Amino acid sequence: MASWLAPVLPEVIVVGGSAGALDALSILLADLPDDFAVPIVIVVHLPRRKRSALSEVLAAKLGRPVREPLDKEPVSASMIYVAPPDYHLLIDRGMTFALSVDEPVNFSLPSIDVLFESAARSLGGGAIGILLSGANADGAYGLKVIEDAGGLAFVQAPADAAMPAMPNAAIALCERAAVLPAAEIRAYLIRLAGRGGESGRKRYHDR
Amino acid sequence: MHDDTSETEIKLLLEAIYLRFHYDFRHYAPASMARRLSLAMRRFGCRSLSGLQERVLHDAGVFPELLSLLTIMVSDMFRDPGFYRALREKVVPFLQTYPSLKIWVAGCSTGEEVHSLAILLQEEGLLDRSLIYATDINPEALRKARAGIYELDRMAGFSEAYRAAGGRASLADYYTAAYGSAVFDKALRKNIVFSDHSLATDMVFAEVQLITCRNVLIYFDRALQNRAIGLFRDALCRKGFLGLGAKETLRFSDHAAAFSEFARAERIYQKE
Repeated sequence: MASWLAPVLPEVIVVGGSAGALDALSILLADLPDDFAVPIVIVVHLPRRKRSALSEVLAAKLGRPVREPLDKEPVSASMIYVAPPDYHLLIDRGMTFALSVDEPVNFSLPSIDVLFESAARSLGGGAIGILLSGANADGAYGLKVIEDAGGLAFVQAPADAAMPAMPNAAIALCERAAVLPAAEIRAYLIRLAGRGGESGRKRYHDR
Repeated sequence: MHDDTSETEIKLLLEAIYLRFHYDFRHYAPASMARRLSLAMRRFGCRSLSGLQERVLHDAGVFPELLSLLTIMVSDMFRDPGFYRALREKVVPFLQTYPSLKIWVAGCSTGEEVHSLAILLQEEGLLDRSLIYATDINPEALRKARAGIYELDRMAGFSEAYRAAGGRASLADYYTAAYGSAVFDKALRKNIVFSDHSLATDMVFAEVQLITCRNVLIYFDRALQNRAIGLFRDALCRKGFLGLGAKETLRFSDHAAAFSEFARAERIYQKE
């Protein structure tokens, strides 16, 4: 791991993805240790005007609670949140969620760029951004904003992604992003959060 | 980005807008406001917020356009059909017991939701005895709401939502298609008063039985949310109803105790 990846405990991990991201998320978030305290906030592109089953699907896959946050809800430790359909999800100062029904960004509502930019704006270097598989460029700019604010940027390796367009767009824009398979990003997260990365990785490969 | 300079500049700009134009954005949710202001900087070709402030104060044409950037929201008819179904099935039976009704649609934007509500009341036989106050701070949005003309290509989505909301007819019964637009029947608006009102600076103006304020409070910070919800509490009659957006809650409000959850999933509250 490069030296810039000094283990600083982040305040939040923001994750974005589109087509093919569900599989990547299942790998990234599999078997997180019980004491993994960093909140994880996810935007996956969804069809407009439809209730989303994403939180239920992820909760079932991961075996832990996953929720769509309410406006002004505090971002709680150990929780996994997903953006609701038809809303942008932002993180505001004081670690609370803010929603908006602004126009789509990159044809997307919710948009990954909007979440990532808000996290960088509110938390500066305290945010980690992870961009996964997808067929468009949403999130690339937001990841760069996180990087520029001093946060860590991860991109799922294009060869590891079902749809490499989104990772490739981010790689083109972000100079310091770590480009890794989802399983290795996961190992790094677990090490960051204070558990042995090796055991975490081993547990994953043992499955 | 995350630097004190831009935070200071945002504060100064919003203060300047308040002093000069009496629009109070000082307690809007910071994250959304910062995004909109960066869009505005791009729109007006300003490299800094101070530059934008200079333009706003010295170029008379800038503020109306900035106001639209800061306020116009995407609004839909029958957004969250479950909300309208709950209004129809659970709230209307209460509303039917009043000889006359007053309703406040707070932050009506371009009017899609107030038209949805008028259609629902019409179908339940309540529109004739209702007076609906549809308020917003943006004169351009109010003008559109008053005209009741929307893009024709939005009607397919609206019709689907209308049916999912338990609509009794066809949405097409309520509008005339002309030149790529859907012109809604003006009979729907005969009991609607469109009016300028700010949840940030204005007071209560009537006693009402129902308030809908959907996806407006999300743009406010906690303090301004408390002010607005306080106005709703004061405006509602005893046992009156308040409908919020699908992801909004009174749980984090100072006035939570003044209301009970009437239809929990649909975010309909009843004043105690």
